[in-house]
Amino acid sequence: MSAILKTEKLRVEFSSREFRQATKVALTGLDLEVQAGEVFGFLGPNGAGKTTTMNVLLGFVPPTSGAAYLFGIDVRQPIARQRIGYLPEMTYYYKFLTAEELLRFYAKIFSLPRAETDKRIDQLLKLVELEHARKRPIKSYSKGMQQRVGLAQALINNPDLLILDEPTSGLDPLGRMKVREIIQRLKNEGKTVFFSSHELGEVETVCDRVAIIHQGDLKAVGRVNEITGQHASLEKAFLDIIGFQTSTTP
Amino acid sequence: MKNIIAVAGIVIKELYRRKDFYVLFILTVLVCLIMASVNIFNDKQIVRYLKELCLLLIWVSSLVIAITTTARQIPAEREQRTLLPLLAKPLTRTQLIFGKFLGCWLACGLVLLCFYIFFGALAASREHAWPLLNYFQAAFLHWIVLGVVVALALLGSLVFAAPSSNSTICFVIVATILTVGRYLDAVALAQPEPFRSLIYAFYFAVPHLEIPFEMRNLIVHDWPLIGWNFIALDALYLLAYATAFLVAACLVFRRKPVN
Repeated sequence: MSAILKTEKLRVEFSSREFRQATKVALTGLDLEVQAGEVFGFLGPNGAGKTTTMNVLLGFVPPTSGAAYLFGIDVRQPIARQRIGYLPEMTYYYKFLTAEELLRFYAKIFSLPRAETDKRIDQLLKLVELEHARKRPIKSYSKGMQQRVGLAQALINNPDLLILDEPTSGLDPLGRMKVREIIQRLKNEGKTVFFSSHELGEVETVCDRVAIIHQGDLKAVGRVNEITGQHASLEKAFLDIIGFQTSTTP
Repeated sequence: MKNIIAVAGIVIKELYRRKDFYVLFILTVLVCLIMASVNIFNDKQIVRYLKELCLLLIWVSSLVIAITTTARQIPAEREQRTLLPLLAKPLTRTQLIFGKFLGCWLACGLVLLCFYIFFGALAASREHAWPLLNYFQAAFLHWIVLGVVVALALLGSLVFAAPSSNSTICFVIVATILTVGRYLDAVALAQPEPFRSLIYAFYFAVPHLEIPFEMRNLIVHDWPLIGWNFIALDALYLLAYATAFLVAACLVFRRKPVN
């Protein structure tokens, strides 16, 4: 299988503007490979370096050293982003637009022909169950609906790779279930999904492989059952891997 | 180019779906109609005062719209986090800056069109004349000035942290140029060195927006048309400044972290 997403000894440092503040190392030589058709979970506690990794993959942050590739193309080239879809965490889309107008705008950036755009918009609004609200301004949407419209914009170009940053963050159980279903459906369609999440139960359900990162270091990578190993659940394994000691109740 | 047009389209949509323009337009219309309904001192030339006031209100309103609309563009994208999905698509930062500029500038053009149509109708109702070419010259240079202001506010939105501080600084700069810019050389002459050289350098460095601002007199006092070559030259001079501000904005944005 070919690696759709690859990082090689990826190191990211943030130098502080404050006087006498030390340089913060966000990633320390991350090596990662995601194969085509996989649903890959990227786990780690807050501040572990998950979002920084995604920011490098999307070309937002230049690596201090090492390299990152999408479809074999260096992420610093805009063309590397032609076949990806990205859903950032907690985004508030243009309130004055309707879902349909928002999707049409993003479709224009991908130069999709008009007929193709219309077809994609119909399909996506059906997929994320927002057909009934397609003409309503986004400002009238609930948080779950906003997250689903975000998912629709990430899919507008029919991407081969989806990068999702905590897609279920802040959603109620129903909203989480709907997003999980969509990821499952995308997996069945053969899409590659790379996503970060704190919902370990959900990761266990949908992911083929997971990676656990802590303080910029890759601690573990492998199939969910391999990572879980002797532990009762992925959560227990996760806590053990990052070195958190659980207190036992008498 | 299609990416720039797509971004510009969103900016224009935002302008006509927000209330800012409508509020300023209605206020201008109300003030002018109230002024037009009274005949102070029984002066037969009162229409000149009316035209002067109306044009001043149009200038103030257009500057408010241009600066406030532009100043919030990039900060809002950053705050609402829409900048992330946008730049994750095959859209470069330069295209985004140019798209924002084009959108704000075209939106200002539409605003000016509405204002000048109202002005023309108001003036015609009193004078029964349509000096359309005079209106066109004044409105055209006014629009070019707004291009410089939009580019300046866009650059400011990348330099200053808050849109409010950027708007205030832009207003102060533009108001200073419009009111005292032309006197700076006279001020410089009266100063000892090195202040004289410094003020002279400043006088030649700032964009002189006074000529389009004084075009109001062309309409108010029914002066003859200005030569088209002079209009073209002034427009080119102002567009050079707008381009310089835009290039600076692109360079600043390229180094700026996305989040």
